[in-house]
Amino acid sequence: MSLGLFIEQVFNGLQLGMILFLMAVGVTLTFGVMNLINLAHGSMLMIGAFLIAFATSSVPSFGLAVLLAMCMVFVLSWTIERVLVKHLYTKPHLDQVLASFGLSIVLNDGVIMIWGREPLYVNLPAWLEGPVQLTSTFSYPLYRLSITGVAILAGLALWFLLTQTRLGMQIRAGAEKREMIGALGVNINFLFTVVFAISAMLAALGGVMLGPMISVQSGMGDPLLILSLAVVVIGGIGSLKGALYAALLVGLVDTLGRMVWPSLLGPLVGNIVSNAAIYILMAMVIAIRPSGLFGRQLQ
Amino acid sequence: MSASQVIKKSDSNASRLAITFSVLLLLALLVPLLDQAYYTKLVSRVCVFAIAAVSLDLIVGFSGRVSLGHAAFFGIGVYSAGILAQLGITQLGWVMPIAFMAAGLVGCFIGSISLRTQGLYFIFITLAFSQMIFFIAQGLRMYGGDDGFRLPAPTVWVEGFDLSQPKVLAYTMLMVLMAVAYVAHRLMTSNFGQVIIASRDNSRKVNSLGLQPYPYQLTLFTISAAMCALGGVGFANLNEYVSPASISWVQSGEFLFMVILGSAGTLLGPILGAAAFVLLEQILSAWTEYWMFYLGIILMLRVLFLKTGLLGLIAQERT
Amino acid sequence: MSQPPILETVDVVKSFGALMVTDRVSLSVYPGEMHALIGPNGAGKSTLINQITGELEVNSGSIFFEQQLINPLSAAARSRLGMSRAYQVPQLFGTMTVAGHMIMAQIASKNQGFSMWKKSAELHELSSAQQDILQQVGLLHLASKPMASLAHGEKRQLELAISLSCDARLLILDEPLAGLGPTESEQMIELLRRLKTRYGILLVEHDMQAVFSLADRVSVLVNGSVIASGTVEQIKNDPLVKSAYLGDELEAH
Repeated sequence: MSLGLFIEQVFNGLQLGMILFLMAVGVTLTFGVMNLINLAHGSMLMIGAFLIAFATSSVPSFGLAVLLAMCMVFVLSWTIERVLVKHLYTKPHLDQVLASFGLSIVLNDGVIMIWGREPLYVNLPAWLEGPVQLTSTFSYPLYRLSITGVAILAGLALWFLLTQTRLGMQIRAGAEKREMIGALGVNINFLFTVVFAISAMLAALGGVMLGPMISVQSGMGDPLLILSLAVVVIGGIGSLKGALYAALLVGLVDTLGRMVWPSLLGPLVGNIVSNAAIYILMAMVIAIRPSGLFGRQLQ
Repeated sequence: MSASQVIKKSDSNASRLAITFSVLLLLALLVPLLDQAYYTKLVSRVCVFAIAAVSLDLIVGFSGRVSLGHAAFFGIGVYSAGILAQLGITQLGWVMPIAFMAAGLVGCFIGSISLRTQGLYFIFITLAFSQMIFFIAQGLRMYGGDDGFRLPAPTVWVEGFDLSQPKVLAYTMLMVLMAVAYVAHRLMTSNFGQVIIASRDNSRKVNSLGLQPYPYQLTLFTISAAMCALGGVGFANLNEYVSPASISWVQSGEFLFMVILGSAGTLLGPILGAAAFVLLEQILSAWTEYWMFYLGIILMLRVLFLKTGLLGLIAQERT
Repeated sequence: MSQPPILETVDVVKSFGALMVTDRVSLSVYPGEMHALIGPNGAGKSTLINQITGELEVNSGSIFFEQQLINPLSAAARSRLGMSRAYQVPQLFGTMTVAGHMIMAQIASKNQGFSMWKKSAELHELSSAQQDILQQVGLLHLASKPMASLAHGEKRQLELAISLSCDARLLILDEPLAGLGPTESEQMIELLRRLKTRYGILLVEHDMQAVFSLADRVSVLVNGSVIASGTVEQIKNDPLVKSAYLGDELEAH
């Protein structure tokens, strides 16, 4: 295996990790702050992808299209929270699982109703196409690099929000110790809506960025949803640091694993293990150290 | 009170059982009357899902845990039927017990680890295990991989009398459903069932009284997994197809939907829920191409606005 | 006290980090004796009880039940040896009837949980001993009622009834009088008096009058350690106890 291939896979792994990070942050925030399991999170990624496909065909500038898509996601997620999600906070996990499952079905079919069953394709603007020559022998697609860049920017923006603003402080307090935010005299409804919207927008951002790379179709976000659940468990529920480290770890293990397992275990078993490896890791973490790398102990 | 908290304990479990069996017998009588394969297959479909839903309710309703991984056991039943048929084994007397035991073994393993966890972690770990099984099925290239494969030969009772015949399938699955329902009833009304219910209500107190919930819950989980596979065998014969789609988390979600639609923690509830689900499927898909959309809305409405499922509603109507 | 103690703790220590919650506690309960454990709030009574029943692990020290070392045993195993605890906040089964609780206690104490086919006992199959117990706590007429419909005081009575139904030889009663009105309190005190000599009883209580009227011996727990242990008279007159604890209590009474 050549060094170039290895480095390329490392980059791919980190990039997958960044997308997973965007998904996982949303999951860990909503669970940490609102004690909410949301199985429709994958659908938010899918909606992001559909909206960027829609926006790029409606608006000439790619940058403007991204902005338009994100605004629409904001409005949509705000509405969903106010209409549906807010009823779920006090309900048992079973109810949350089922209601969000129902929502994901609705959204998955909803996009088919609007856009049909054929997968959509998003055209990249010229200024994002092509490879970047990193070393004399190694080049990497510009778009993929820009995804990593955008995800890092989003991460930084999130970091800024959470550490340098009052709202962010409230969110962090809520994620660490939910009982505290009531005592802090915070407008809980507003806080919860904001957190939900942020988490949805992060997922949708992942979808926006993935859109040009893979085909945009119903249910595309669901495999990533489950993978992000694994990330959250491994990193620790409620921990943002954990979400970052675990996401990168999972992205790398998954991508590099797909190279390694088949050669170690043969094509059949290797293929199965490549797909299942993260879930094996997830089960091991739950069984041995449920709080994950950085998480707090749940009852 | 919420959807999952309404565990209706009838004053007389015997009358419950009688009603359940009357309903099933009615269904049995319907089969020859509706002399069309379409309706007969519908009855089979209801029975197949009802078996899965009843087995899941043992965990969700009676044990009080949310399993998001029961599709794995269902799928083991599906693949058992398929792989055994591939190997030339099609007698019902072999296929059902093998599927039962295979799923029971896997269920025992998964349960032994999962049942050490609580709440959210249990949901996640059952999901993780079911994903592993999904990928195993998907990775079996000799069995069609992601596409799956056609059931090479139906499961047979005797020569000329096999599950590819709609009426035979319907009656067989009805019988299996009755057996599963009866066993579940005996289990839950026995001392064992009381320990399970007590552990659901207050496991700390059960420990304090001298019993540890874990062995009981593991036993029930194993039985539940094994029973679910029986539905899978029927499913393989109903569709004449074997595919990993029966192991997806969406399938697990649908089983949960059936349990909650009917009322968790009862015997008749999941059966009603399965019937309602299949009916909704049929009615909605006849009316619109986007029936999943409306099914999702119904699910959300049920969770948000109804405190109980169909069985609870019927019981309330009477009082 | 010619018999050996039914329960004995020897130098039990429990600390959470730097905070020592149980400080070398040694006490014993003899068969047929009612031994009261008193102390101000935060003294560590609950923590000590949890270590005795096995819900909390000791850091060091030994606990013996009928001369058998029970440190390595789980809460369930200790219960099977003959120890029964009635919780301060009644720990009941939300969907069961009163009779169902008694039946559950019976299933547990006779270890008949793995009977999976035969129907479990029903209301009319309660043994005369169980009906007796329900009668004593005043719940026999409510036997068919769901536990959720009981009043608070009735729930506490059910909690006690369950413990009595367990064939135990040691009862650990955690504030059975808490939150009861005057009539209910009197009834409970009489009930407890009737239990004396039939069981070894470790009674955790705040109600001083009840303690002094019922207990054979009293141990006083302050800041995690036993500052005095003896008969009611000895404790009443112990200057250490008076200053640390009873002084305020006596004034209040």
